[in-house]
Amino acid sequence: MTETKSSNPGGVEVWITGIGLATSLGEGLDAHWDALNQRRINVDEKNFAPYIVHPFAPVNFDTQIPKKGDQRQMEAWQRIGTYAAGLALESAGIKGNKEILARMDMIVAAGGGERDLAVDSNILNSEAKGNSAPGFLNERLMNDLRPTLFLAQLSNLLAGNIAIVHGVTGSSRTFMGEEAAGVDAARIALARIAAGQSDIALIGGSQNGERKDLLVLYEFGNFNLTGKFTPVWMRAENSGFALGSGGAFLVIESRAHAEARGAKPYARLTNVVADMARRKQPGEVKATLERLWSKVGKLENDGAIITGATGAEPATSEEQAFLGEHPGFAVRATGTTFGHTMETQFPLGLALAALSISRGKLFSPNDPSGLEVEMSTPPTQIVVIGAGHWRGEGMALVEAIK
Amino acid sequence: MTTTRDKFGRPIVVVTGMGVVTSLGSGKADNWKKLTAGESGIRTITRFPTDGLKTTMAGTVDFIPVEPFSSTDLSERLGEVAAEEAIAQAGIGSKNDFPGPLFLAVAPVEVEWPQRQELGRAIGASSEVDYDAMLRVSGGGRFSQYHRRFLFGSVADHLAEKFGTKGSPISLSTACASGASAIQLGVEAIRRGEADAALCVATDGSVNPEALIRFSLLSALSTHNDPPEAAVRPFSKNRDGFVMAEGAGALVLESYEAATARGAKILGIIAGCGELADSFHRTRSSPDGKPIIGCVRNALSDAGIVSDQIDYINAHGTGTPENDKMEYLGISSVFGERAKQIPVSSNKSMVGHTLSAAGAVEAVFSLLTLEHQRIPPTINYDIPDPAIPFDVVPNKARDARVTAVMSNSFGFGGQNASLILTREPV
Repeated sequence: MTETKSSNPGGVEVWITGIGLATSLGEGLDAHWDALNQRRINVDEKNFAPYIVHPFAPVNFDTQIPKKGDQRQMEAWQRIGTYAAGLALESAGIKGNKEILARMDMIVAAGGGERDLAVDSNILNSEAKGNSAPGFLNERLMNDLRPTLFLAQLSNLLAGNIAIVHGVTGSSRTFMGEEAAGVDAARIALARIAAGQSDIALIGGSQNGERKDLLVLYEFGNFNLTGKFTPVWMRAENSGFALGSGGAFLVIESRAHAEARGAKPYARLTNVVADMARRKQPGEVKATLERLWSKVGKLENDGAIITGATGAEPATSEEQAFLGEHPGFAVRATGTTFGHTMETQFPLGLALAALSISRGKLFSPNDPSGLEVEMSTPPTQIVVIGAGHWRGEGMALVEAIK
Repeated sequence: MTTTRDKFGRPIVVVTGMGVVTSLGSGKADNWKKLTAGESGIRTITRFPTDGLKTTMAGTVDFIPVEPFSSTDLSERLGEVAAEEAIAQAGIGSKNDFPGPLFLAVAPVEVEWPQRQELGRAIGASSEVDYDAMLRVSGGGRFSQYHRRFLFGSVADHLAEKFGTKGSPISLSTACASGASAIQLGVEAIRRGEADAALCVATDGSVNPEALIRFSLLSALSTHNDPPEAAVRPFSKNRDGFVMAEGAGALVLESYEAATARGAKILGIIAGCGELADSFHRTRSSPDGKPIIGCVRNALSDAGIVSDQIDYINAHGTGTPENDKMEYLGISSVFGERAKQIPVSSNKSMVGHTLSAAGAVEAVFSLLTLEHQRIPPTINYDIPDPAIPFDVVPNKARDARVTAVMSNSFGFGGQNASLILTREPV
């Protein structure tokens, strides 16, 4: 398959002017910066044992979602995302700016489907005890499902909640499809702004990793990390990912729009490219990453890479082989610190790239295997990589604004 | 010489292939014949027991078998059938080699009850069934096919492989506006010059017990179960909800330039797309109608036309008390007195509400309306709602001169999208 054409073929310059992060490490840019440089990891090896997850660090949801009624209408993944989206708008200085929010575009990368575990378990237990009359399932679901649970499950209702709580209403689009959804949300939003189809957009995603129903889905494919936590680059013997929890949102806008409102940029989002290798032969992921690398932009040799490598095989080994061919680049894997936040991993990588560029430093490596090394110079180019655990490859170039 | 760009200097986006499956049948010919004959595809559900349900009918597609059944498998199959028809008509690319990206509107994918029950059986009756027990039996490769099947991206993954579309396929959901959004994404990609062609598919095979119950618990569904074909009553005083339905619509979009260069027959133009989100409520429209009004105006301005140039409105027209009232408010605010004269019909009165697919299914029907110069009716229109004085083309199709159609789609979560479709470039 040929890759999608560049999403910014020399069009309008696009800046990242807002970053919202609420994850297992806490909330806000300073807290994340400190935790990353202190090599802090918030991981839970016990409550879901043998599975490992990264729990969401508690926040006061009231500060971004003031109405309790709104909070009650959401499940955790939506609350986390709506919270992080609010942080991004705040960081861009447009929280509550009705004029801008009313014409602001939004592309959310979402999963969904959070189950009521007790309802499911009760039904299956009754069926196991021989309760299999026609209509039994209907009766239980009619009586036991909370009517509003559906709205907390629907993928597009994260965007819907962001519209309701924060007033972002220029447009509302939800992309699904695991890791690739996060890449494509950024790719399409950037392409629209670069082509003058949009001035400003909110992009991002969220996941609640503390979900047994989600673990079941990935357990079907043996993708869950079990036993003892290890960094992403040290999982060759015991591959898999620990589900992560968090929301990552970015405000991106045309340079002209940002300058007109006096907004300060964190970094430039220069390009996003994506493809989907069929992955039928060994080496397809690596070859696809090489092709995307050649398309993502003109790269100097002293840049950095922030990757969402999952720890799942064979994708992560192939990515490691790809990285081995670009030894001049300092690498950071978000999967070690944050776990795998699926749709959110690529926006998270973009956020950390923009944050690093704005702070004039790449955050500390966190990898006893030695693949990640210190970077002493301020990064001017960071390539963000997202190779999905099963499908989808993407890459972005985030650059310092000179 | 005909220009290949619109009045804004963007590439004109044309339709060169269409495919459709609904509860009325498979393919454009069969659907159009039944649609203009005022036939209903709504029937009593036989796929699963309906004991204890308030709504027992739907527009199911039972004539395309999927074994073993899951809503996601049916969605994928319906999308395939519609896309095959569209690509064959367009005569574009070669087998397994579509020269452009895929934009897929699809219902959110999730593990369904048959799989959950299979896990329950794997645990056995001797131990308590809970998610810990389910996790214990899920691994080891025994159910690896369910990982592949129930990834959100799985339908797009399979369609991209089957049709050989290029790049990263996009799965999207804007709830009941998804089909229109898929077309909009294709239009935008062609206008940006990223692609000369795009395959836009929207599909939904969601009629399963839990999905039906979810809508039922929100009091969104009609309970006029008998006779089922009279259940959907858009714009009628006695309308009482929508009826879930299955189906798929597919369109091959191309730049006018690329289509004419290869001598393709042009079936119509996607002249404009509009969207605007509503921040009022999760399931209800803002009472002032402003988001719908803004969405409709955005579509008109994107097409560079005024409301007087629209000859027919293919309504969202779900038949819920709320939607139809708000749609009238929105249209009458934009169209003024003309709102009472312009024909406004609801395909859903016959095919039901195909949810994620509806925007594309109705875009296909809108293009067929342009092609045949015949407007499909709104059936079951026996008791007009005096608060909605639309000309709903009641009960019988009507021949009319139609050069520009507006097709509306609205969805939960404040989703609004409108398309403007024309015969010739505007």
